[in-house]
Amino acid sequence: MKTARVAYGGALHDATPHADGVRLADGRVVSEAEVVWLPPFEVGTIIALGLNYADHVKELSKELTVTSKDEPLVFLKGPGAVIGHRGFTRRPNDATFMHYECELAVVIGATAKNVKRANAMQHVAGYTVCNDYAIRDYLENWYRPNLRVKNRDTCTVLGPWFVDAADVPNPHALALRTLVNGKVTQQGNTADMINDIPALIEYLSGFMTLQAGDVILTGTPDGVVDVNVGDEVITEIDGIGRLVNTIVGDAAFGR
Amino acid sequence: MTVFNPRISFDAAPWRLSGVVYGTLLNDRAAMAAIGEAASQPPYKAAPNAPVLYVKPRNTLANSGSTVAVPDDAGEFEIGASLGLVFGRTACRVSEADAIAHLAGYTLVADLSVPHDSFYRPSVRFKARDGSCVFGPSVVATKHISSPDNLSLRVSVDGQAVHTASNAGMQRSVARLIAEVTDFMTLRAGDVLLLGVAAGAPRARAGQRFAIKSDASELGRLEGSMVQEATTQEHAA
Repeated sequence: MKTARVAYGGALHDATPHADGVRLADGRVVSEAEVVWLPPFEVGTIIALGLNYADHVKELSKELTVTSKDEPLVFLKGPGAVIGHRGFTRRPNDATFMHYECELAVVIGATAKNVKRANAMQHVAGYTVCNDYAIRDYLENWYRPNLRVKNRDTCTVLGPWFVDAADVPNPHALALRTLVNGKVTQQGNTADMINDIPALIEYLSGFMTLQAGDVILTGTPDGVVDVNVGDEVITEIDGIGRLVNTIVGDAAFGR
Repeated sequence: MTVFNPRISFDAAPWRLSGVVYGTLLNDRAAMAAIGEAASQPPYKAAPNAPVLYVKPRNTLANSGSTVAVPDDAGEFEIGASLGLVFGRTACRVSEADAIAHLAGYTLVADLSVPHDSFYRPSVRFKARDGSCVFGPSVVATKHISSPDNLSLRVSVDGQAVHTASNAGMQRSVARLIAEVTDFMTLRAGDVLLLGVAAGAPRARAGQRFAIKSDASELGRLEGSMVQEATTQEHAA
């Protein structure tokens, strides 16, 4: 089952896919553009992975100071960065390299502490698509990637759908891609994660309790390119969703 | 003077904390200076320009008086005493002059970390342990704390004074930090930003009790105790 959370007619609604757009829980069918899309679940702790696809590690290797892959590169984000499908993401005027990252987002469904790999998938409620933007101009080598790069307002896009885990028999065999203005710029497959989902849940739950609604952003493959004001960026994962986002400039924010 | 002293709560008015907590690393000049020449060497290459922030996620949040499990693999926690800035309204691109007006008040925070020497990667395994962000005992309205940038925080372990920190040594004042942080991320009512932990933060191990008190008596006395982590067992919800 796929579900979304949308605003329509002055209220919030749960919605499901329909041939003509979305079907609200109250029976109304409206087009995709008539609703405001929110992140498809109540977002708890946001846990993100850096350098979790071998090809992306290679892509960035020139600017990496340390290449050790002993431990997953994990960082956390706050809820203020999050927006939904068909939202707008701000590119600061002084940025020279701002890129998307298409990622499979794994939503935790049951409390997990010290969970072993063999049982890890029992704690997964489902999946959605994430486009986790970074602005590399602001990178500094202290708790890198620092929050000014990865935790900016509007720069973490989630949606459109929350897809039940039961409907995704193998989350490690999903093709993913990004299109900028209709042109494919990034392609990969979740089969190529360095730390797969059970490994991440075992690792994370070994030092912190994961709770329902927490989400793990599992990293991105290579193919990140600069995006500019006016670009339409679509991050897409087969069977999970097609997440649309548009880049806007400082003027839209009165800056 | 009457001081309104509601107990901290993560789910009840009037001081409804959102559960969103950001910490600030190395705001203390002496803490930065302690890194010395290494700050200009790899992997850092240069001292930080922007505030170095981290997230204390919801599994870390605890009230004063809580018992915290010390991780088996660490043996001890560093007790990072910090002033907690509790936001009272949405703060986006706030000027230094207007910053304090966006706060509901202040609280004491014990930011517990597994001691670590490298600040190159986000140290989630060291900073996000369950119960490792202890708040309280109360949120005190800003009007009662006239000089937040001159407060001293005193840490004791088992009743012995072990460390005194002063906010006067911070590179960024309360107002300056709020201005720089809200330039790129909006903070909302109930969100908390930690001003920073002073150099030489003390450590404690299982079986010990810790407390933080400031020279503003209105903030009260934060307390906590440390126990050994229970035998690691899978949690089946």
